[in-house]
Amino acid sequence: MTQQQTAGPPSAGHADLAEEFLDRQTPLSRIRNILHRYPAVSPALVLLISVVVFGLLNDRFLRVENLSLITQQVSVVGTLAIAQTLIILTAGIDLSVGAVMILSSMVMAQLAVNNGVPAPIALLAGLVVGLAAGALNGFLVTRFRLPPFIVTLGTLNIFIALTLLYSNGATVRGSAMPPLLTWTGTTFPVGPVRISTGVVVMLLLYIAIAFILGKTAWGRHVYAVGDDKEAARLAGIAVSKVLMSVYLAAGAVLAVGAWIQIGRTNAASPNAGVDLNLDSITAVVIGGTSLFGGRGSVWGTLLGALIVGVFRNGLSLAGLDVLYQTLAVGVLIILAVSIDQWIRKVKS
Amino acid sequence: MTSTHLEPAGTQVRQPILQARNLVKTFGRVVGLDGVSLDLYPGEVLAIIGDNGAGKSTLIKCLTGAEIPDTGELMVSGQPVHFKRPQDARAHGIETVYQNLAVSPALDVASNLFLGREERRAGLLGSVFRMLDTKGMRTKARQELTRLGISTLQDVTVPVENLSGGQRQAVAVARAAAFGSKVVVLDEPTAALGVRESNQVLQLVRDLRDRGLPVILISHNMPHVFDVADRIHIQRLGKCAATITPQSHTMTDAVAIMTGAATA
Repeated sequence: MTQQQTAGPPSAGHADLAEEFLDRQTPLSRIRNILHRYPAVSPALVLLISVVVFGLLNDRFLRVENLSLITQQVSVVGTLAIAQTLIILTAGIDLSVGAVMILSSMVMAQLAVNNGVPAPIALLAGLVVGLAAGALNGFLVTRFRLPPFIVTLGTLNIFIALTLLYSNGATVRGSAMPPLLTWTGTTFPVGPVRISTGVVVMLLLYIAIAFILGKTAWGRHVYAVGDDKEAARLAGIAVSKVLMSVYLAAGAVLAVGAWIQIGRTNAASPNAGVDLNLDSITAVVIGGTSLFGGRGSVWGTLLGALIVGVFRNGLSLAGLDVLYQTLAVGVLIILAVSIDQWIRKVKS
Repeated sequence: MTSTHLEPAGTQVRQPILQARNLVKTFGRVVGLDGVSLDLYPGEVLAIIGDNGAGKSTLIKCLTGAEIPDTGELMVSGQPVHFKRPQDARAHGIETVYQNLAVSPALDVASNLFLGREERRAGLLGSVFRMLDTKGMRTKARQELTRLGISTLQDVTVPVENLSGGQRQAVAVARAAAFGSKVVVLDEPTAALGVRESNQVLQLVRDLRDRGLPVILISHNMPHVFDVADRIHIQRLGKCAATITPQSHTMTDAVAIMTGAATA
């Protein structure tokens, strides 16, 4: 019997293991393993290098006012990208994030301005809209087992139509709104700089979601579901429940994004931010989160959003046309996905 | 005890840990199981073999709660049980390692061992903030691996996808065997593995048995079956054709019984 072979003593097992590790450790594969374990490392490096380069190109770039401006510019996309990260971690994608945010912001603004609803209740209504939109997406994905891409492509159009129907296409100005709604647009001084409240709200959201994803069982289940649905199910995880809760959480985050958007633009406009969908996906992808699910972090996403912001701001300070900014973002996306594919080869 | 069921050598009144009596399962007009009985005793490796469509998978699914038998009884330690879903079987200590390796590749070894039964920190951090006790789970994972004698997994913080096929199988087996389980069911554990890795897994099966944990092993690989099994349950056409031992029969005999060319 060729197969029969007495299993060696434990020491033989150790030798085998050592062998395996020996032929695995080339310098390149070591870098790959590090990137694999800490997916936020590569976007952090890109951000650092781009800040240094743009700082050298233009001395206005590194001024605190400019850096504060960049954070304000990314506050809305950065918040939508949190929701997008949650969905993409489950191997889904959400094309409706921008539309949900706009619908939620229109509900907040209209209820407060046209219907005279108290501001806190208007905000809560916006949150309910976000949750309802998330519930609809989650329901269609889990119950009818439709691909998230198709579901959110459909709901994207539904939410845009609902927004226009509800608002009659009219923009609500910030000056007409109660102060609570535009509070996210206020700034406060920290030393020499003025920090936007909306940026602080976004950062608090990042901290909260990073904690939940990294330190709770729910977070681990989100990764497990995105990694391998069947394996998660066999491990006793209620996959549909996890997916549903992810879409609900994303909806809640989008409602906060709606609030930040009102403050940032000092208005609620039904026509704003349709391109925010793709910008949020861009931030997630550049941040090292895998579109195939199960790998990535919200900190990477924050870095991704900042990288896009830094590129746009830096290139325009360098006097380049806006078209070149878009071109640069396109190159970044393809680079980021290529790196992700390379990192995933660790599997072999 | 019916005459077709051989008692393991040297036991008189040992209570089977898992018993199945006259399981019947039909799928429309197709009879998957036609009155199958099975006993699993503590500290034995019971192999289940059979041709494709003989009812191996259906039998296992009924034992592990993935399918509900139409009629028939299941008993765990003598107590009748009814499994409606895999979680029910797991609650009774029956853990299954599925053919397609139910591990999450991107999570580390410790997270995989605790997947679906994570432990939280003590105090407010755990109860209010639901914070995981990562350190504690890693320590327990290491202890559990040592207890099970799994030496191929040195570092519990390594993502599973960085491991070899045999090591991944070891993770899956460890999860099934850990945390007070009573029965480990392995579905084709060596099907996707090379020779050396297969031997690691077979050694793992022996180690589990030597620690008193009974193992049900489904395999197509006759040399592997005859290598580790104490008893061999042969399924044929939805029935148990025979239960033999590697001592009483040869591989050729087993194949003959499997294909209907001979009877036990």
